[in-house]
Amino acid sequence: MSEEKFAEYASPDRLVSTAWVADHIGDPDVVIVESDEDVLLYETGHIPSAVKVDWHTELNDPVMRDYLSAEDFSALLSKKGIDETKTIVFYGDKSNWWAAYALWVFALYGYDNTKLMDGGRDKWTAEGRELTREVAARPATQPQVAERDDTTLRAFRDDVLANLGKPLVDVRSPEEYSGERTTAPAYPEEGALRAGHIPTATSVPWGKAANEDGTFKSRAELETIYADTGVTQGEDVIAYCRIGERSSHTWFVLKHLLGHDNVRNYDGSWTEWGSLVGVPITVGTEPGTAPAR
Amino acid sequence: MSMPKELAAIVDDFTAIPESERLNLLLEFSENLPELPTRLAEHPELLEPVVECQSPISIIVEVEDGAASIFASAPPEAPTTRGFASILIHGLSGEPAQTVLEVPIDFPQSLGLSRIVSPLRLRGMTGMLGRIQRQTREQV
Repeated sequence: MSEEKFAEYASPDRLVSTAWVADHIGDPDVVIVESDEDVLLYETGHIPSAVKVDWHTELNDPVMRDYLSAEDFSALLSKKGIDETKTIVFYGDKSNWWAAYALWVFALYGYDNTKLMDGGRDKWTAEGRELTREVAARPATQPQVAERDDTTLRAFRDDVLANLGKPLVDVRSPEEYSGERTTAPAYPEEGALRAGHIPTATSVPWGKAANEDGTFKSRAELETIYADTGVTQGEDVIAYCRIGERSSHTWFVLKHLLGHDNVRNYDGSWTEWGSLVGVPITVGTEPGTAPAR
Repeated sequence: MSMPKELAAIVDDFTAIPESERLNLLLEFSENLPELPTRLAEHPELLEPVVECQSPISIIVEVEDGAASIFASAPPEAPTTRGFASILIHGLSGEPAQTVLEVPIDFPQSLGLSRIVSPLRLRGMTGMLGRIQRQTREQV
């Protein structure tokens, strides 16, 4: 049934089911990676053989607000027992929000042999599947890592400025979009000086793409969600949220499930744009217009 | 500003072990978060939600005879948040209200967790301590 749903997506091979993962525990060519918002969830029990990659403490450079250098990323992969010959399957909490983020970061370094386990950690546990506390010890690898490509899948603030008027998707909550608040409901204040959205951005909260059980909605449902948002095939699309995590989920949907060619994630997102000197914002529920330049 | 003995002992426990083992200690605390007494479990609305945390957690402080009792509730899928609450409860519950009020608000930074848990996540614990102190202050 999952496989039938997957077959309708633009890139069916980007998703695997919980059953598929259960069948590939111990497969030497598959690495299962758990990536969560909660830094302790992996320790409470994880899919047997899975390794943990934490977005806060491992994927981000500790000093510069940026991702790891290619050299540091290579060292991380080596430590985790991952290399380019493996199929990498990500899963995590919160409807795979952080798993999608990790998958996107891996893609910046040319790691394309990656998949998400549809439904993530919640579906696995809801199905009563096995969890273990045994930390997987994988032999160190010597991975090939390309220099990070920051142009194809990633957008910076100047790219966004240049793109105003083209499809721009704000995937935060409606309250954050309109400017009532700068953080997600029930999330901590993360320090943007202005509340609102980037002019011309349409609001499509990321969670619309997920079912109750954390799986992705069907292709037809996803097409409907994006039907009237101005996000059309063939155009440059940029997605953003607060720090680039929720928009990774949307990036995955647009890129791999709906098959848009050019989709970039603006990871600076609102914590950067909402505090940048000299850029316009729009307040309220309408997208607003691009300022004349 | 001073640190109650129990809380100081917890700080020592964390900082005495290698960084790589501190997550496991936090997990132990998480698993030992005391259950809510039935009278509170049946009335979750009495507990105050801590919005600084990324996961749902609610806390309540009751001051009786000058001593503060602290209770908290958080779901199992939020082990970090449970761990933070458990540290504060084990370190502070039963202490005189005045002692609770004197805990430095930047106490979470002293646990040696910034690098392995991240400063952003630790903010949730600061939010919890702030609420515990405010509720305590309102009852003395």
